Amino acid sequence: MANTMTQRVPTSSSVPNPDALATLRPPLIAGDKQPADVTHDICAPFERGPTALWWVAFAVSFTTLVIGAIAVTYQIATGIGTWGLNRTVGWAFDITNFVFWVGIGHAGTLISAVLFLFRQKWRTSVNRSAEAMTLFAVMCAGLFPIIHMGRPWLAFWMMPYPNTRGPLWVNFKSPLLWDVFAISTYLLISAVFWYVGLVPDLATIRDRSPAGWRRRLASIFSLGWNGSARTWHRYETVYMLLAGLATPLVFSVHTIVSMDFATAVIPGWHTTIFPPYFVAGAIFSGLAMVLTLMLIARKVMQLEDYITLRHVEAMCKLMLSMGCIVGLAYGTEFFVAAYSGNPYEQFVFLNRAGGPFRWAYWTMVTCNVIIPQLLWLRGVRRNIALVFAISIVVNIGMWFERFVIIVTSLHRDFLPSSWADYSPTIIEVATLLGSFGLFFSCFLLFCRFIPVIAMAEVKGVLKSPHHAHEHESVKGDAA
Amino acid sequence: MSERLLLAKFGHEDDLLASCKELRRHDYKIVDAFTPYAVHGLDRAMGLEPSRLTWVCFLCGMIGAIGMLIFEYWVGAISWPVDVGGKPWNSLPSNVPVAFETAVLLAGFGSVFALFGVSRLYPGKAVRPEFDRVTDDRFILVLAETDARFDPAEVKHLLRPFNLLELEERVVSAGGVPS
Repeated sequence: MANTMTQRVPTSSSVPNPDALATLRPPLIAGDKQPADVTHDICAPFERGPTALWWVAFAVSFTTLVIGAIAVTYQIATGIGTWGLNRTVGWAFDITNFVFWVGIGHAGTLISAVLFLFRQKWRTSVNRSAEAMTLFAVMCAGLFPIIHMGRPWLAFWMMPYPNTRGPLWVNFKSPLLWDVFAISTYLLISAVFWYVGLVPDLATIRDRSPAGWRRRLASIFSLGWNGSARTWHRYETVYMLLAGLATPLVFSVHTIVSMDFATAVIPGWHTTIFPPYFVAGAIFSGLAMVLTLMLIARKVMQLEDYITLRHVEAMCKLMLSMGCIVGLAYGTEFFVAAYSGNPYEQFVFLNRAGGPFRWAYWTMVTCNVIIPQLLWLRGVRRNIALVFAISIVVNIGMWFERFVIIVTSLHRDFLPSSWADYSPTIIEVATLLGSFGLFFSCFLLFCRFIPVIAMAEVKGVLKSPHHAHEHESVKGDAA
Repeated sequence: MSERLLLAKFGHEDDLLASCKELRRHDYKIVDAFTPYAVHGLDRAMGLEPSRLTWVCFLCGMIGAIGMLIFEYWVGAISWPVDVGGKPWNSLPSNVPVAFETAVLLAGFGSVFALFGVSRLYPGKAVRPEFDRVTDDRFILVLAETDARFDPAEVKHLLRPFNLLELEERVVSAGGVPS
């Protein structure tokens, strides 16, 4: 079939004077693919049985998840006194993990929504899995505040509903409640965005699967999709609307998360820089996680033609720019503390860089600011092993950022007599591990059952330069 | 009542687009096209109106925002006013974040469910009409043979320069438009 395609005579409709630059750019998808090749390549990994490597990865992730589940069961049954918290350090590991996971999710929405609005075509190869990552990361994030409640079965008290206690309503003036609304909206909108993007691909799976459970499930969830241009036309409109909604949403979510801290009068938290600082940090950490997952997926599932070095480079550049914003924020915090003339503020920042948690602070600076500078070099951005290592380093650094912000601001408060130390218990560490187990188990299941690359979107950007359309060269092909 | 439809099959989006424009130039009525992905420019080539779903989105968002602001005001200032740090009971700024989230939530769900409703997409729906490989790599243009003047031979002649793969006639009963 590919033969008939290549022998095809270009019609008179082809643009007589194609975009001259388009011929200079390397194609987005390597290997001179045709639409049918895309269908075949993307569907092949889950039409084959799972590989031994998949089983090993799943076994490890699932075991970690079970360890986490045991730890959570134990701490709920016993009480959160099983944590290393004390009267001075009332928030530590749990909230660190919450902010870390919410942040991870942000890159998924950046890639799927923000880059869609900016017409960055390279996003099509990574948006499906980045959105899946968002979904699973937000799920993991949501678990931590619920565990922190100590009585998770009463989590529904966070919702405003008529009750027999007055009715006593929730406090709409509290950022913690804004967070409830922000995170749940984020989870729901991300899920809908992901599912809407998935419908045409589910139809492809439905049409190529032999009768069986896969075909039955795909035909239920593909909603009778028939590829009608009228439906596509509306679908594109709604996709654009969702992207337009998800973009301010993603900025609002981490803004609100930062307000959990910024509205408190704790030196080190009470700063106006927090919302942009948190949003940049979130996207930074999320891009690192996308890179980690993508580089594994492209190797294991042989997607090198779809996730090319060009994609890796683009993500590296984004990560570098976010890393620089984060570095600038670290510096600004110190400048503002020095300039404020507030001794408590100044003390907190000196204590961060030179106090008992200085190891965490300098780990954070090394991982987030110094090491990512390597990405300025093209040779580093095109070296998969190095990029993978840097992405892991940034993941670690961004976890420490949240730990530093939360714990170092709290552990030496206004009264030296109440200063305290903090170290996590094994239960807290096991809970963090469990969240990684949940995240990777979900992601591996996703890779097994759902096309990891948005086929219908990739087919739309396959066109080689001589097929480029007039209206696209007018708009300027940003990719 | 039944209607005769002519299906023209192509292997490339450029051919579909070009033949769509060509046929419209010759006053043929294009019922629909079926494609494996969203072909950019096809809406204009087919003469489709911009979707009105944007209005659904706007309306749902407004309902979400205004509804939530009113609810927050009622909860905070009327139903059970609670003094939190001496803040005013009817503080507008502190009500904005939740109202914004609700607006996004309703706007998103509203437009998606409106899309499903307008396009008649629902779980377990049978695929009508069924075309081979349309979710893989085939592009199909559907023409209505509306009047006696309609000449399949002429259509075939018109479409020949556009790498036409196959021309097929189908008779659709009651309703006409394949849905």
